[in-house]
Amino acid sequence: MTPVKKHVTTKINGESVEFLCEPRQSLLEVLRDDLALTGCKEGCNNGNCGACTVVLNGRPVNSCLVLAVEAADASIETVEGIAEQGHLDPVQQCFLEGAALQCGICTPGFIVAAKALLDKNPDPTEAEIRFSLAGNLCRCTGYDKIIRAVQAAAQARLAAQQSS
Amino acid sequence: MIEFEYAAPTDLDEAIGLFAQAGDRATLLAGGTDIIVQLREGLRRADLVIDVKKIPELSQFEYAPETGLRLGASVPCWQIYENESIAAAYPALADAVRIIGGWQIQSRASVGGNLCNASPAADSIPALIALGAVAHLAGPGGRRAVPVAEFCTGPGKNVLQSGELLVALTLPPAHAGSGSAYQRFIPRNEMDIAVVGAGSWVQLDESRQRIAAARIALAAVGPTPRQAVQAAEFLCGKEPTEENLHEAGELAKQVATPISDMRGPAEYRTHLVGVLTRRTLAAAVERAGTFQP
Repeated sequence: MTPVKKHVTTKINGESVEFLCEPRQSLLEVLRDDLALTGCKEGCNNGNCGACTVVLNGRPVNSCLVLAVEAADASIETVEGIAEQGHLDPVQQCFLEGAALQCGICTPGFIVAAKALLDKNPDPTEAEIRFSLAGNLCRCTGYDKIIRAVQAAAQARLAAQQSS
Repeated sequence: MIEFEYAAPTDLDEAIGLFAQAGDRATLLAGGTDIIVQLREGLRRADLVIDVKKIPELSQFEYAPETGLRLGASVPCWQIYENESIAAAYPALADAVRIIGGWQIQSRASVGGNLCNASPAADSIPALIALGAVAHLAGPGGRRAVPVAEFCTGPGKNVLQSGELLVALTLPPAHAGSGSAYQRFIPRNEMDIAVVGAGSWVQLDESRQRIAAARIALAAVGPTPRQAVQAAEFLCGKEPTEENLHEAGELAKQVATPISDMRGPAEYRTHLVGVLTRRTLAAAVERAGTFQP
């Protein structure tokens, strides 16, 4: 017997969204397969790699470890919501300029987690960046460029704040 | 993942009723970081998943220096280490929840879930035992309290009866001159399972020169977390000198009966018990010297 589908209303990147899901479906599955938000990636599907990172009610989470039905009445931010009005966020810009990616599968998760870090701690030390991004794995092993991109993004954000 | 139904009761009695009715066909969901993986990989079967995060008794915590901490079973890790008062009063617990998985895991994983999962290598359990935590359970037969030191009965096994759930953990008030620490050994920097973990708590006497009381607990040294009672008793009334802390580490080794596996051979784990016991005791003593509730 297939369980009854659940009707979920939630907010994704500031917009109200409704969907039907089976209780077994992960938030990652619904975001990618039903809502066409394919920026979040399925890496390990067990909470180790962070490629599926989204921000749920202000906290970074692995969307593979959230049931979609748990997202009812929540607020979700995905990588698709990070660029504002066609302008890349400093984190995205610095990943691009610093070539902080190789194959790119881990990149959306890194960008979501790095932006969440800078929103909370605008001027982190290198150790704080590495500690906060420990839940995001890059198997091309480009970590140094990623760390440098996050440091550059922090500086860019601080400079933009000072000039405004 | 196998199909299941989902319920998210907002009332404890309603949850107990649902859980008792479904019996072994139901499983509880807090942070989901263990349960969802177990369901997906077929390691656990359930027809009904009961999400307990909407029940106030489980999702809330209260802290007051006079009464201590009451931690709802589904409160996620980050709420502990981001609360300065709680992290200062119970530093061993803050140490442990800062290193459970990465940031994403800590946004969801709960201390209550870490305890119920009853892994011999769980990071939060030695910290809870060292801090004298008590688990508060509720089920169709009523409520009861069990010291966390007696909660785990084997790998993945605990004292919860069918239909019974963990409601909250309570930690006694932290007094001036008390301190605690948790450390684990892993071959990586982060995101790994303890080869050995150790949690220590000390209460210094009024002169702050001697240890009045101590508790030491260990992870990944046997089928359940272990308390090193003799090592803690040895320290009572003694100064926290290097020799005394070393001796406590040697005594703690006597309760370790580790297995050899891919994380490390038994002999190496036993050696780590001595090192981590000594280091966590030293860190606990240092913190105790400055702590004021």
